[in-house]
Amino acid sequence: MLAKRIIPCLDVKEGVVVKGVQFRNHEVMGDIVPLAKRYADEGADELVFYDITASSDARVVDKSWVRRVAEVIDIPFCVAGGIKSIDDAKRILEYGADKVSINSPALADPELITRLADRFGVQCVVVGIDSYFDAELDRYCVKQYTGVVSKTRTTQWSTMDWIREVQQRGAGEIVLNMMNQDGMRKGYDLEQLKKARATAKVPLIASGGAGEMVHFRDAFKETDVDGCLAASVFHKGIIAIPELKDYLRKEGVAIRD
Amino acid sequence: MNKPKITIIDTGCANLSSVKLAFDRLGVETKVSFDPDDLKKADKLILPGVGTAVAAMRMLNERRLIDLIKEAKQPLLGICLGMQMLSRVSEEKMNSDENVPCLNLVDSRVRLMEVGNLRLPHMGWDQISYNGEHPLLRGIPNGSYFYFVHSYAMEVSDATVATCEYGEKFTAIVQQDNFMGTQFHPEKSGAVGAKLLTNFVEM
Repeated sequence: MLAKRIIPCLDVKEGVVVKGVQFRNHEVMGDIVPLAKRYADEGADELVFYDITASSDARVVDKSWVRRVAEVIDIPFCVAGGIKSIDDAKRILEYGADKVSINSPALADPELITRLADRFGVQCVVVGIDSYFDAELDRYCVKQYTGVVSKTRTTQWSTMDWIREVQQRGAGEIVLNMMNQDGMRKGYDLEQLKKARATAKVPLIASGGAGEMVHFRDAFKETDVDGCLAASVFHKGIIAIPELKDYLRKEGVAIRD
Repeated sequence: MNKPKITIIDTGCANLSSVKLAFDRLGVETKVSFDPDDLKKADKLILPGVGTAVAAMRMLNERRLIDLIKEAKQPLLGICLGMQMLSRVSEEKMNSDENVPCLNLVDSRVRLMEVGNLRLPHMGWDQISYNGEHPLLRGIPNGSYFYFVHSYAMEVSDATVATCEYGEKFTAIVQQDNFMGTQFHPEKSGAVGAKLLTNFVEM
């Protein structure tokens, strides 16, 4: 049976792993390669690296760390941040990444999703969506350029419409970052995940809000997402991956041995 | 043990370096090449592939690799799309009307998976199932998880060594004569994947 995936996310800024709360106030968590290796050895099913400065700084970012990760990691990993063209994606895939994830550039140029899918196959193309629940408008909306607070903007897209759009354009997987929950460790937004699950025909990954093991269980059992992504609970040692996998297995979630 | 010479056939696809790095981690030297001499002199061949069948077959044709691969006598391991290309024909034709003729080294065909309400691509870690023994599977328990990423799959045939089930049963490992293949990515499948690659090297 296809296993549900546990995916540590490493936010990368200037070559080190960082983590903020609700996308702000980044603190350094450690070097990329040893952290990546540790998670792979502990049983992570996949890794995601977000170069969070890239899209908002409009500059070419040094990605040579991707090769260093590929040398030591024997599980799949995805790289996000600043990928705006076929050439950007090609370089990262050639370094040894399995997938590229695009977020702000897809909003600026939705056709990019199709170009990447045609060139590399849909399985390589992940679309990350930064979704913010606007309580006043009672609406999930998509944000752009969330790497830098001053540059963050709200797009015209509702989250569910954007999920439909990226899927139609060739996204092979969707990572839904639920911004209201990010770094709060109070659980994933299950209501939003249910809506997204009903909309997404491709694999869907939950991101933002994991704080306890039960949050992973709830996302898998109640919303049938394909994977759960988390950062701070793993980086800070609040949840150990082997323990989490044991717990989920006992709860009846399909988990890789 | 004599070090076997392993050539990773340069199909121009994106996962070449992942495959090479996996062998590097095992301490096994490989050469990435599409030079006829490097293919002929190799003790073992790897045929990697990522992308679509129509594009990959076109690339094999452009690089004049089709006959070289068909005439290979040494053990060859196709990975993912590399395995699918061993079949008679693939229905992954993209915008063309015709199915894609493949290498016809394994008597089976490749078609879009019928998975009902499940998601495609079939992406993630899934279990393989097999009966009996096979040199590639030495020391690898039945039910082991490997990393899969694909929407098309090879039908189960007499050449099937191991299956996986996702909506339907399909071929996870295939062998016909010296031509072998895995639908999953051993180079990304952690310890069991490394074991399978070691088994191939030691065959």
